Amino acid sequence: MSFFSELTAKPWLPEQATAGGLNVRALPPMNVGRTALKFFLGVASVLFFMLIVAYAGRMAFEDWRPGPTPWLLWQNTIMLILSSMALQWAHYSATSGDINGVRVGLFAAGAFTFGFLTGQVIAWQQLGTSGYFEATNPAIAFFYMITGLHVLHLAGGVVGWTAISSKVWSGARTAEVRESIALCTIYWHFLLVVWLVLFALLFSSDNLDVLLAICGIK
Amino acid sequence: MADIGHDAADYAPPAELEEVDLYHAKSWITKYVFSQDAKVIGIQYALTATAIGLVALVLSWLIRLQLGFPDTFNFIDAAGYYQFVTMHGMIMVVYLLTALFLGGFGNYLIPLMVGARDMVFPYVNMLSFWIYFLAVLVLVSSWFLPGGPTGAGWTLYPPQAIMQGTPGREWGIIMMLLSLALFIIGFTMGGLNYVVTILQARTRGMTLMRMPLTVWGIFVATILALLAFPALFVGAIMMLLDRVLGTSFFMPHIVELGEHLKYGGGSPILFQHLFWFFGHPEVYIVALPAFGIVSDLISTHARKNVFGYRMMVWALVAIGGLSFIVWAHHMYVSGMNPYFGFFFATTTLIIAIPTALKVYNWVLTLWKGNIRLTLPMLFSLGFIVTFVNGGITGLFLGNVVVDVPLSDTLFVVAHFHMVMGVAPIMVIFGAIYHWYPLMTGRMLHEGMGKFHFWITFLGAYLIYFPMHYLGFLGMPRRYFEMGETSFVPESAATLNEFITVTALIVGFAQMVFLFNLYWSRRNGIVAEKNPWHANSLEWQTPEMPPGHGNFGKELPVVYRWPYDYSVPGVEADFIPQNVPAGGTATGAE
Repeated sequence: MSFFSELTAKPWLPEQATAGGLNVRALPPMNVGRTALKFFLGVASVLFFMLIVAYAGRMAFEDWRPGPTPWLLWQNTIMLILSSMALQWAHYSATSGDINGVRVGLFAAGAFTFGFLTGQVIAWQQLGTSGYFEATNPAIAFFYMITGLHVLHLAGGVVGWTAISSKVWSGARTAEVRESIALCTIYWHFLLVVWLVLFALLFSSDNLDVLLAICGIK
Repeated sequence: MADIGHDAADYAPPAELEEVDLYHAKSWITKYVFSQDAKVIGIQYALTATAIGLVALVLSWLIRLQLGFPDTFNFIDAAGYYQFVTMHGMIMVVYLLTALFLGGFGNYLIPLMVGARDMVFPYVNMLSFWIYFLAVLVLVSSWFLPGGPTGAGWTLYPPQAIMQGTPGREWGIIMMLLSLALFIIGFTMGGLNYVVTILQARTRGMTLMRMPLTVWGIFVATILALLAFPALFVGAIMMLLDRVLGTSFFMPHIVELGEHLKYGGGSPILFQHLFWFFGHPEVYIVALPAFGIVSDLISTHARKNVFGYRMMVWALVAIGGLSFIVWAHHMYVSGMNPYFGFFFATTTLIIAIPTALKVYNWVLTLWKGNIRLTLPMLFSLGFIVTFVNGGITGLFLGNVVVDVPLSDTLFVVAHFHMVMGVAPIMVIFGAIYHWYPLMTGRMLHEGMGKFHFWITFLGAYLIYFPMHYLGFLGMPRRYFEMGETSFVPESAATLNEFITVTALIVGFAQMVFLFNLYWSRRNGIVAEKNPWHANSLEWQTPEMPPGHGNFGKELPVVYRWPYDYSVPGVEADFIPQNVPAGGTATGAE
């Protein structure tokens, strides 16, 4: 029974107060991980949503000065897309039992993620030394905080990636890592979607007036 | 209810769920300190929360001493007073109530009540407690750092929270924000555990609608907390950056001591939104577990099924959902658009519907019940009355026009102490008297318990009823001393003295309670198995207190809801959940 149809049960009725209501569920243990991941991504979504609302709210002020848009972020975005695709490849290979494909996918995902992280750090440095930098400009402060929290979120994924990779390279079979790779892939896709939204927001400059108006912020 | 019909078709095959690989402790340290057993973690949470709560209790005495007898105590100055107020509020709301309900009762009861051997991620569960413990230590450390703890008020509103003149501006506010961030990280770990355990690790036959309302309350509250705490996390990080790195998320152009600060362009109101987007659900994070627990206490001690179980579940979910769209009723005086206020007043009043439904159902559960005035029942009755009283003043404050004059007066203080201070604490006490035998194998001392109840219950009314009147007179909250005011009569000072004396007496009663906890551990009457004749699974374990792994060789199979009390045609007035028709209990050996 689905979650919502279960909520309509009437446990006090004689016919339901018997074994007839037994839920026969044989859950593979990995469903636990999947449920936990869903809730965790829910928590992360709220966190980034709060940041987005705060940013949008601040944009509506009269004295808003758009922040700089370092071109390097375009390159980093491509890196992140590639890492997500590589993990999808690893996931596909794991499902079809191809351990070499898993290795290639995982390695490529790690390399592209490393590229993204390095690119972000370089972008921070470039911005810090450019004439734009000004701690009291909210656009710049938001830029550092939002990208910083995103990198932290990514770092959490890297921990999972490391655990899976060490298993794969110490000779695990695809069946043993299939579910963890699937979860890791979901995590990376989520990271990518969040990044694309944040990227669009940070690079929107003054072009969000219509959207802000629709949301009643401006 | 008619006799429950059963036949051979009701036979349930033994559990087919895979048994969980339990972590077995090898030394004293891994068994009692870095334990992965949810029951030990629950008690660790409860003891830590009680210890820090005791600090907050002492702080409340100091606050009351200053309010009742101003200019008497040399050791309380204005800065110290603000620090007491701030720390008292934050500790009680976050580090005591949230931690005790979800970390304490959640950990202890969820696996037992849903028929699991432990939480699904025991290691993460252990980390959750130790991060909470670290958060408490960081909070306490602010007393020993230059400038002391923050005195910004528990709401920590910027810009004043991080400006000169606010006590604890140097280190206190930094420690407070760090501690909150840690608490949230630790809670998220625990919260994921509670939710996933309830959704995935229930034993055979434990459908969602056969879960005790205690589990439902904790479940919905945990989801609220998981979704609400990120707002506080974001707020805390942003204010930390404002304070430490000089960003201006919340700081407008501002002059301090005649000097233009470097800050500029931030929005203090933004912090209020983030804070209350967490802060209002927080009220229900505390209230929903209390609602759930009290439903079980009332049903068990009135020997009657919960009236309208399904409505009770739906009301919990509805209250949880509504609690996310009422936050700005804490900000009516922040200069918001009047339409905005109208919207939030409406949603606030709508929340009274599911809440009132719950109150009616508790009363109807009592109706014609075989009420036993045990200690858990006394505290449950105390809760219902107190919650109704505190809730009704909430209807006043939810209306913009009434709220504006009452804002920041003692009326507000009296309101929220009744509704989310005294009422949930009543449930906590009732729950401790109820489950202490399960945790220790002994009953708490009845006489000391009655003393504790009557002093606490009557005392709470003697403290907070007069406080509403002081609020009506216009006495502001958070003032160190009133000085000469034309609108507050002399008699208000007498009333304040009375409140202070009563508060000290009620505080003493809590010491008796703590002594009872300690004393009964060794000297209490040895409890028989399932002393309250309850139906839910936590009482059906082979040993009491439950051992490692909770249940016997096999997990219990659940055949019925937990409220089969006084079923007509059945000799015993209760049928535990794991008893099949005409059979013997499963999983009890």
